[in-house]
Amino acid sequence: MAKFEYAPAPESRAVVDIKPSYGLFINGEFTESQGGSAFKTISPATEEVLAEVTSASEADVDRAVAAARRAYNGAWGRMSGADRGKYLFRIARILQERAREFAVLESLDNGKPIKESRDVDVPLAAAHFFYHAGWADKLDYAGLGTNPRPHGVVGQVIPWNFPILMLAWKIAPALATGNTVVIKPAETTPLTALLFAEVVQQADLPPGVVNIITGAGATGQAIVDHPDIDKLAFTGSTGVGKMIARSIAGTRKKATLELGGKAANIVFDDAPLDQAVEGIVNGIFFNQGHVCCAGSRLLVQENIADDVEKRLKRRLETLRVGDPLDKNTDVGAINSKAQLQRIVDLTAAGEAEGAERWDNGCALPSKGFWFRPTVFTGVSQTHRIAQEEIFGPVLSVLTFRTPHEAVAKANNTPYGLSAGIWTEKGSRILWMADQLRAGVVWANTFNKFDPTSPFGGYKESGYGREGGRHGLAAYVTTGDSK
Amino acid sequence: MSPTATRSTGTDARVDVRKTYKLYIGGKFPRSESGRSYEVVDGRGKFLANAAQGSRKDARDAVVAARGAFAGWAGATAYNRGQVLYRVAEVMEGRRAQFVAEVRASEGVAERRAETIVSQAIDRWVWYAGWTDKLAQVLGGLNPVAGPYFDISAPEPTGVVAVLAPQRSSLLGLVSVLAPVVCSGNTAVVLTSELRPLPAITLSEALATSDVPGGVINLITGRTAEVAPWLASHRDVNAIDLTGAADADGVSWGDLELAAAENLKRVVRPAGEGSGAVEPDWSTTPDLGRITSFLETKTVWHPKGR
Repeated sequence: MAKFEYAPAPESRAVVDIKPSYGLFINGEFTESQGGSAFKTISPATEEVLAEVTSASEADVDRAVAAARRAYNGAWGRMSGADRGKYLFRIARILQERAREFAVLESLDNGKPIKESRDVDVPLAAAHFFYHAGWADKLDYAGLGTNPRPHGVVGQVIPWNFPILMLAWKIAPALATGNTVVIKPAETTPLTALLFAEVVQQADLPPGVVNIITGAGATGQAIVDHPDIDKLAFTGSTGVGKMIARSIAGTRKKATLELGGKAANIVFDDAPLDQAVEGIVNGIFFNQGHVCCAGSRLLVQENIADDVEKRLKRRLETLRVGDPLDKNTDVGAINSKAQLQRIVDLTAAGEAEGAERWDNGCALPSKGFWFRPTVFTGVSQTHRIAQEEIFGPVLSVLTFRTPHEAVAKANNTPYGLSAGIWTEKGSRILWMADQLRAGVVWANTFNKFDPTSPFGGYKESGYGREGGRHGLAAYVTTGDSK
Repeated sequence: MSPTATRSTGTDARVDVRKTYKLYIGGKFPRSESGRSYEVVDGRGKFLANAAQGSRKDARDAVVAARGAFAGWAGATAYNRGQVLYRVAEVMEGRRAQFVAEVRASEGVAERRAETIVSQAIDRWVWYAGWTDKLAQVLGGLNPVAGPYFDISAPEPTGVVAVLAPQRSSLLGLVSVLAPVVCSGNTAVVLTSELRPLPAITLSEALATSDVPGGVINLITGRTAEVAPWLASHRDVNAIDLTGAADADGVSWGDLELAAAENLKRVVRPAGEGSGAVEPDWSTTPDLGRITSFLETKTVWHPKGR
């Protein structure tokens, strides 16, 4: 039978208007840096320079924190919860209205497929604001304790894998509870955060409530170290998370950390295999595997391992890797050259340690950063590809015989962010969920997110939760006032 | 006369087009099947409009519409219901001048007071819009039973709810009793204020353009004493809010509760002492009471084991 090729279906870039350069969004307006430098943000799919952005200096961080403090002591701090909520509802609606613009810009700057930015990142970001808007005047009902009240100025540092979504996860609960914010997007993906500054302006949010400053690690460190920050929220690597925990040790700063993972996706022999294969693919190849909760370790029951492997490879050969703006694309570009190098190094280590490497052999664009969907079989627990977070489209396959063995292997990691269970047996799902040391457990599905559902890890995947009632807890203090 | 309709002055006065106030059933605006209407006057006794005088049959049609809409509305995601309720607030805000004029005319209050009332009515939708996706988290949860079971309780809407809307507060009171019923997924048949029904009908026009599915909210204007007993005794109504019995001519809420007992409707009694009934102050921020009155709790058990 003839194989029909997909025709290109590129989403238009015309909807976005990228400026040649960006300043810092402090106190409700874009300002020039004081002593900072500039750097370029590129499209990882083409290496095209998209814009020049500012690397904020310590003086800039200081100005942003001061603006946030003034807003906290001023209009925002005095505002009723109901009015705070109305601002958040406005932001949610503007994000919905400008959804296409955000989706296209996100795919350009990040490299993720447009179908994901359009159908996942941006709608979820809007939903996150909508959900938290409702909490702003209902905190007394959230079961957080008596007299819930904000910490003050919150410093937030977010990663490059879900730029606008992570911004929403951070800003929405902070504002709903009455805090003000200084947020830094990742250096490789600053553009949607800078576009969000326009949303803040359109919503007429009082100046200083949200301050958006760009830069790399040094700027993030300046936020972490600033003495007038009351609380930190970080999503990123476990390594940086530990640095932050050390930085604030002995201070009164609060912190929540959402860090790395090495999730086990556990497939039992009674699982519906076609659905499980879809779940495995979604678990590790969604967003190029740049997902802290990715199902990067496939634990498959031994008696079905060959069958699953065969189905999985057949499915991976149909994945479409390429132009992030093409609506048919399943897997986009690796976010940066540095990340690509890390994936190359770790997969080389996988081969060197004796695991069997396979990829889908697809053609890759000549420019930009790309990596073929890759599967390692014959992986043992001591291999680096079974222990370290690769953060790329690479799946390590291990086998097990009994539920106890599956639990032991799944938990054999310093991480504890998420896990997946595939079986038709409900009682086994619930027993497994009890045994797994992970903050989110998906059963017969994977990578599901919702603003009402708390997300966060056990062990070295960090502490604190984001989303739901539990996510609010990180942004309030309770009990008697001083 | 429609309160907002007359603008012209002087000799070149335009002859305004006046609105026919009708019922709101199943997303449509029918006249009463009975063909009856009654005169609605303003605070000073001046003619405002002829409102449809709803009948037993209209009420029964409304229950059928509400029952038909229940599965879809209760089954919609809480996020979706929240957005729909928020949309009602958005649409009301856009038509606030009309609501202010109607509240002024109906309740005989000054413009500033009417502005405040309309603002509070809009904000009340926002308050309840925010509750849709939080109820289960606040009211439900895992039960730590002494055995290897996953055991969870969660709220569900009770079904079709009949609402006797407050007699005095024609808009804020109405929204305050209606929004908590529908936010959790119930559908509603509302008997509006008898003497001040016009803001309710204008609200129904906002509802019809707010993505509220037809049949989720049905509004009947007419004589409370005539229609309320049919709703109280209706076997396909799951709950009834008797708040509007206060100051309703010829209505005994005790009799209505008695009729409601036949199929064990959940009953919200009017405020007040003993057999009396008073209309509460609607200006204060509500608590969860009006929501929980129309919820069931469902508990699900499932074994755990390898």
